[in-house]
Amino acid sequence: MAKSLLFPEFKIDRDKERCISCQVCVRQCANDVHEGSDNEDTVLSQEENCVGCQRCVNLCPTNALTVHKREGGFRPNGNWSEQHLRGIYKQAESGGILLTGMGCDRSYPIYWDHLLLNASQVTNPSIDPLREPIELTSYLGRKEEKLDIDWSGEFPLVQTRLAPQLELKVPVVFSAMSYGSISYNAFRSLAEAAREVGTFCNSGEGGLHPDFYPYGDNIVVQVASGRFGVHRDYLRVAAAVEIKIGQGAKPGIGGHLPGEKVTKEISRTRKIPEESDAISPAPHHDIYSIEDLERLVFAIKEAINYKKPVAVKIAAVHNVAAIASGVVRAGADIVTIDGIRGGTGAAPQVIRDNVGIPIELALAQVDERLRSEGIRHHSSLLIAGGIRSSADVIKAIALGADAVYVGTAALVGLGCHLCQKCYTGKCNWGIATQDPVLTKRLNPNIGKRRLVNLIRAWSFEIKEMLGGMGVNAIESLRGNREHLRAVGLSKEECAVLGVKAAGEGW
Amino acid sequence: MRDPFRIPSGCAVSGILNLDGKPVSGTHIIRSIEVMHERSNGLGGGFAAYGIYPRYADLYAFHVLYDDPLRKQDVETILKQRFSVEHSEEIPCRKTDVIKEWPLFMRYFLRYLGEEENEDDEVVQVVMEVNSSIHGAYIVSSGKNMGIFKGVGYPEDIGRLFRLEEYRGYCWIAHGRFPTNSVGWWGGAHPFGLLSWSVVHNGEISSYGINRRYLQNFGYLCNLQTDTEVIAYLVDLLVRKHRVHIDYLGAILASPFWEQIERMDAQKKHFFSSIRTIYGGALLNGPFSIIVGFPGGMFGMVDRIKLRPMLAAWKNKTFFLSSEECAIREISPDLDRLVALKAGEVISGRVGERNNYGQKLAVSGV
Repeated sequence: MAKSLLFPEFKIDRDKERCISCQVCVRQCANDVHEGSDNEDTVLSQEENCVGCQRCVNLCPTNALTVHKREGGFRPNGNWSEQHLRGIYKQAESGGILLTGMGCDRSYPIYWDHLLLNASQVTNPSIDPLREPIELTSYLGRKEEKLDIDWSGEFPLVQTRLAPQLELKVPVVFSAMSYGSISYNAFRSLAEAAREVGTFCNSGEGGLHPDFYPYGDNIVVQVASGRFGVHRDYLRVAAAVEIKIGQGAKPGIGGHLPGEKVTKEISRTRKIPEESDAISPAPHHDIYSIEDLERLVFAIKEAINYKKPVAVKIAAVHNVAAIASGVVRAGADIVTIDGIRGGTGAAPQVIRDNVGIPIELALAQVDERLRSEGIRHHSSLLIAGGIRSSADVIKAIALGADAVYVGTAALVGLGCHLCQKCYTGKCNWGIATQDPVLTKRLNPNIGKRRLVNLIRAWSFEIKEMLGGMGVNAIESLRGNREHLRAVGLSKEECAVLGVKAAGEGW
Repeated sequence: MRDPFRIPSGCAVSGILNLDGKPVSGTHIIRSIEVMHERSNGLGGGFAAYGIYPRYADLYAFHVLYDDPLRKQDVETILKQRFSVEHSEEIPCRKTDVIKEWPLFMRYFLRYLGEEENEDDEVVQVVMEVNSSIHGAYIVSSGKNMGIFKGVGYPEDIGRLFRLEEYRGYCWIAHGRFPTNSVGWWGGAHPFGLLSWSVVHNGEISSYGINRRYLQNFGYLCNLQTDTEVIAYLVDLLVRKHRVHIDYLGAILASPFWEQIERMDAQKKHFFSSIRTIYGGALLNGPFSIIVGFPGGMFGMVDRIKLRPMLAAWKNKTFFLSSEECAIREISPDLDRLVALKAGEVISGRVGERNNYGQKLAVSGV
């Protein structure tokens, strides 16, 4: 075959004076970039194969390697960017859909970065989290409009039976990442961390491996269009069930786990034959309307005896507010909304980068719509797609979210370097792969510790920010857009976000 | 004119209740609030008085402020759609050395013409309608056998302006305001009233944004942009509509911390955790101490970590609430009992009720 018209994307600089030819890079690279010579004195590099994951750079004991974006190659052109040219060359060579992993990397506006938080001065004392309690505990699930209380006795008695709730010690949940898309060790890290910090992780649509059943109290299981691994015990062991209608990274389309990744353990978990492709259809073939969704919601509620909340996850698309309202009316206890920057293990690049809307706008609109319809308390709002820091978390809550999902941030905590090649199954960091050589690179004990640290650090930061605003319980910030101000946004954007411009007082 | 923004303010609050329901003159409350002169800055003061209109006790007494006297006809047209006006008059005022000019204040005694069961909701609707749609007119109070008198000035001067020493009521609540800007609008002073509720408040509510949106869910429109307004509406919603017992309002508005709830016995734990799960949007955060008057009584409450002062005292048949002890001692040097309210605590007094002496329900050690 003729040589590809593509230039290597990365340039590898090897400092000859530092390189001791130890061959670590050779052994670490699943993409076969580095190649030891016969006498093992020199190491050569095949830059064409490099994905820029920085694994070799990180592990090189003498810091001899640098991997950076290759300059030049494509002639600069304001219209024909490198991304477009690469895409065309690849497709002209392969004739296929361009695949990618992780979330949209285009430079669409990130509204979190245009929102600023408030703090108290003089008229309202700020609260010091080192001295006073500041509460992050949140409950997800349907809330009654009012409580019926019997006041006649010595102590009041609540008569209303509360709908089932998920108790979160921190309003941050690990988003849906299936065993299959990520490794066993990565899943174990998430499940153990969720248990330790008092939050939840989501099984994704790949079923739940029997080893993880003991973590059920901290796991939300997913029912997606492929129904992989869905059975009675799967639904009953979990803390909540989430029906996945859509995903922010690929709204409107299904999923595909290639047969090569369907190992024995994954076949056991998903209840499909080994090495067979696991294909999730674009729609659920029993949901062609909102009333069909209602049936599935209640079929699941029946199966779990109404003991746990049922969530419905949709992607943030143009009419998201009206759709969410329908979902709430269909009986969802939690509505999950996933924005355009939400991650994925594999998606067509054209879909990932062009379909859907930013989560900030979707969240603001959904919260406002549900409130104006007087049904906001019927469901909790969980949002996903592009939460990068504790500041994003607190801004999301002030906009109206009950809690946020983090996927990419958690994987980065485990070592992901965002090379966006999850779909190849060659993750050098041992996260998005099933290759036993690679998966053992992620020690689940260390992985858990790192995730626990991350959530702990964020919760400290959230408490500092809350205290600064003179708020000592997170529910007093939830939907409290008075504590947000917008910088550098148009009037329309401010209106959609329901946030005043910075400089405007109360 | 009406404040364009919500204005934070520090304040003095004071309240006197005769537990036998015997009316006393307004002189006492004026003296009490005057002692705390330094807690206000002359930009707002006001009083609520209960039991002052025994002749019209069954009728709604509306106090209406007219910045623009020409709007009188508009307001009266709206009132006459739902009520018959049994009596109306200008509220008598006296020119003093300090306050030489004031807007027109009218009072109307109204008989409701519609179905009895909707009465309160209809009154709330009329108040919302006038206050949000008619500029230049503002309904200051809308209860029965009670009235609110307020304006721009130090509270003692406002009291003298309205000749409060000539009124006799069994319960008096006063407020001196220290707003942090200079906009002086008579309607912006406190107490804030709705139906027979009157609220005076010292503090700033940092949860305002969500409390306001929470109330929208139940049809309350906050158009005054004051913290006190959301407190009044929350009290109305919880007590009148959700039937929450006043002594337990603190469980919702200034709930105990989860770590305190964890340590409670099963019954209390269930009560408090249910409340917090359902009523998160009604939690008031930030510093406040408030006095709320209602027919037959008043209660005081402070925020969940007690960032603003409030004391309760009892002497014979009188129950006092105040920001400072001096304001109570001024009118009753000897007291049977004096307590500082604990964080999140409600202390109430009602006509005809034995003194409960407070602090039975206090959860906090603060």
